[in-house]
Amino acid sequence: MKPSPERLIRRLLQSQKLAVLGTHEKGLPYANLVAFVAAEDLEHILLATARYTRKYTNLKANPHVSLLIDNRENLDTDFHAGMAVTALGRAEELQGEERNRNLKIYQDHHPYLEEFVKSPSFSLFRVKVQTYYLVTEFQNVTSLKMGS
Amino acid sequence: MRFWLPLEDISDAIRGRVGGKAAAMATLARDDIRIPRTYCIPIEAYRAFTQQNSLAEKIHLELHRKDLADMRWEEMWDASHRIRGLFQKTRFPPDLANSLTEGIESAFGEEPVAVRSSGLGEDAARASFAGVHDSYLDIRGAESILMHVRLVWASLWSDAALLYRSELGLELHTGAMAVLVQEFIPGNVSGVVFSQNPMDPGSGVIEAVSGLNRGLVDGTEAPDRWFWDRSGGLPVPAHPPSTGRSLLTPSQLIAVKALAEQVEAIFGRPQDTEWTYRKRTLFTLQSRPITTLEQTPDRKDKAWQLSLRRSFENLEGLAARIEKEIIPKIILEAEVLHGQSLSGLADSELNREIRRRRSIHRKWKDVYWDVLIPFAHGVRLFGRMYNDVLHPEDPYEFVELLRPDSMESLKRNQLLHRMTELLPDRTMDSGKREPTNWEALSPEFLKLWEEYHRLYANLPGADDQDPDYRARLLDFLIRLKNSPQRRERRPGAGRRGGETRFLEAFPGSERKNARRLLDLARFSYRLRDDDNIYLGRIESELQRALSIAGRRLSKRWDGISLPLPIDDVLHALEDPGYRPRENRTRSAAKTQIRAKPRQIKGQPAGQGLSSGKARVIHNQQDLFAFRNSEVLVCDAIEPNMTFVVPLAAAIVERRGGMLIHGAIIAREYGIPCVTGIPDLLKLVKTGDPLTVDGYLGIVVFNRN
Repeated sequence: MKPSPERLIRRLLQSQKLAVLGTHEKGLPYANLVAFVAAEDLEHILLATARYTRKYTNLKANPHVSLLIDNRENLDTDFHAGMAVTALGRAEELQGEERNRNLKIYQDHHPYLEEFVKSPSFSLFRVKVQTYYLVTEFQNVTSLKMGS
Repeated sequence: MRFWLPLEDISDAIRGRVGGKAAAMATLARDDIRIPRTYCIPIEAYRAFTQQNSLAEKIHLELHRKDLADMRWEEMWDASHRIRGLFQKTRFPPDLANSLTEGIESAFGEEPVAVRSSGLGEDAARASFAGVHDSYLDIRGAESILMHVRLVWASLWSDAALLYRSELGLELHTGAMAVLVQEFIPGNVSGVVFSQNPMDPGSGVIEAVSGLNRGLVDGTEAPDRWFWDRSGGLPVPAHPPSTGRSLLTPSQLIAVKALAEQVEAIFGRPQDTEWTYRKRTLFTLQSRPITTLEQTPDRKDKAWQLSLRRSFENLEGLAARIEKEIIPKIILEAEVLHGQSLSGLADSELNREIRRRRSIHRKWKDVYWDVLIPFAHGVRLFGRMYNDVLHPEDPYEFVELLRPDSMESLKRNQLLHRMTELLPDRTMDSGKREPTNWEALSPEFLKLWEEYHRLYANLPGADDQDPDYRARLLDFLIRLKNSPQRRERRPGAGRRGGETRFLEAFPGSERKNARRLLDLARFSYRLRDDDNIYLGRIESELQRALSIAGRRLSKRWDGISLPLPIDDVLHALEDPGYRPRENRTRSAAKTQIRAKPRQIKGQPAGQGLSSGKARVIHNQQDLFAFRNSEVLVCDAIEPNMTFVVPLAAAIVERRGGMLIHGAIIAREYGIPCVTGIPDLLKLVKTGDPLTVDGYLGIVVFNRN
């Protein structure tokens, strides 16, 4: 039996460390690589950034984001075997207790970033995902609406 | 067991897992050379440990802050220090800990052991790694042995090891290390024997010290030495024995020489063999091939850098000399020079006086390099000890304990502060020129002005007879007075608590020595800034003579820009017809950069996060132009420049290190500091809006 789209997405999100984050910059698109962690139930994605980055300014000005996560290896076979997920959602900067709790999760996934995320200059964001688009076998696209 | 190998299990086939030293020990044991009981922790253990908590990637992140070739020795030390902290903090994975604990307990129980490195390249013909990695002697119990295993692993990333590998063109960023755990032999006499003298291929050398080998290997203890002729002959002493009595009997000398010959025969090439005598029994502790590369002349500079690693005893000796002899002499010399009137001198006399002052300045500058800079190692020695006993989260926590009650640059800033209080309130509008302002100043103010110039004003061109200079300094003082957010020095809160915590980490018998080390480190830390101020007084006396000459010469030549290079001044004083070539002023030859930096990575050197416009310092005028809440950007901060720091939002410096002047003063005022950005002065222009992240060592160019 083929795995469900939800399972495929979860597997992909758990296998990858980096996502491409799309933000708005005064109405124009802007993209970055970010280290992320996805929640088991796919409801949320965590990401961290220093407060003085362009993506931080963008996220504060307009919280609507897209994230692209894929498993490409830069080989010909990527075209049939590669998988990509686009997530659309809304980012929220976490504070206080909620920040500390999620920071622990984030840090456990990216232990080499410990020094960075612990630093007072770093901020943690949680993206509430509204929709996932899963692309498999080059042209098969499935959408997954998350509960609001 | 995978992580704990008895020597019998080591064959040449697994040399790549156990390192050169372990393979050599196994060979010696097979040939019936007497060695201590030895076990090996192979590189799989290192790999398992560094994969835990992503330690391997953390090491990469640390070493990729910048190209190693661009790192100053200090920055390498800092990186190594942080990596060592990571090793100390990282826990052993449980299966590794269990397996090693079991091995250690069944082999040694509570017996004392030596924990030694066995690096992968250590027996290569080019690289012996002699003395590069750490060894620890007389360690007891599984827990302590495991801590020292981590420290031996960490020494793969020590400043010495990084320098060594980079010089030999070996792979820098990857590596693994095996460790030997050996029965500890408390020898009565120990030493090394070179079957072939590296300086003279026709002879062999025995070196011996009383007791253990530690001092000999560090190079801190001078050994007794014997040579023998390789074509036949007995060892003969190179000099009369240091203790008045020979450390080795004639038969022991013959036995050590025979050992060297036997070991050379086993390995088929000359060997550097470490040995010890416990009573009458000769043990071989390790053996490695002699490499000639170690002696090539281009290592001289690095050898100097490595000589900065001094022992505690050596540093304590230096401290006494510095405090009782060097500093008082510098101050006395500066005062004598200050007392001399120069304005009445004829040109030729002034020429002689400038030359004399220059040579005095050079003399003290040499002392600065030879004695004062190496003395700064007291801070590092303390930092290492502090982290060894307390394992703090922040590897630079120890610096808080070293902050001085006062230091010269802070006294100077207080003096400037007092001067601002004596400035009249209304009459002094910033920007006005002399003479009106000058005459409105009180005698108390002028007294402090004189004191400031006698003690501190040694920037080139600091000539208080020059109206432009006076106006600039006054302007600056007015700005200082009118700056509402002027920073105050951060109180030394919590220091006492930290001190108690440090001292109590030592058992009663060792506490006295810990106290001595703390005192030494405090003096070393304070002196790091103060010595420049003292030396600055000599420099300022040279400047005074140069200023007088400059004024005379500017009358001779119209439109010449001051200050003049010293050689021009000397030349012109000798030869009235001499005229310097025009356009001597330093041209700001900035390269055209197309790619614009947006964020640059340096080294965190003072915690905090703040933003402000850049003020790039090229000369004294730039300093006096410093505005409130600007970011001080410069090549290398000297203590004579830090009077602007109470106005600064942050400090950024090209030169790198945690213990440089910029970092020291930033910590005093609690402002962020980032150091070690190679192209800083090309990348930043005065007025650029910057954010300085002193936690992570990042400088961001903000958008306007």
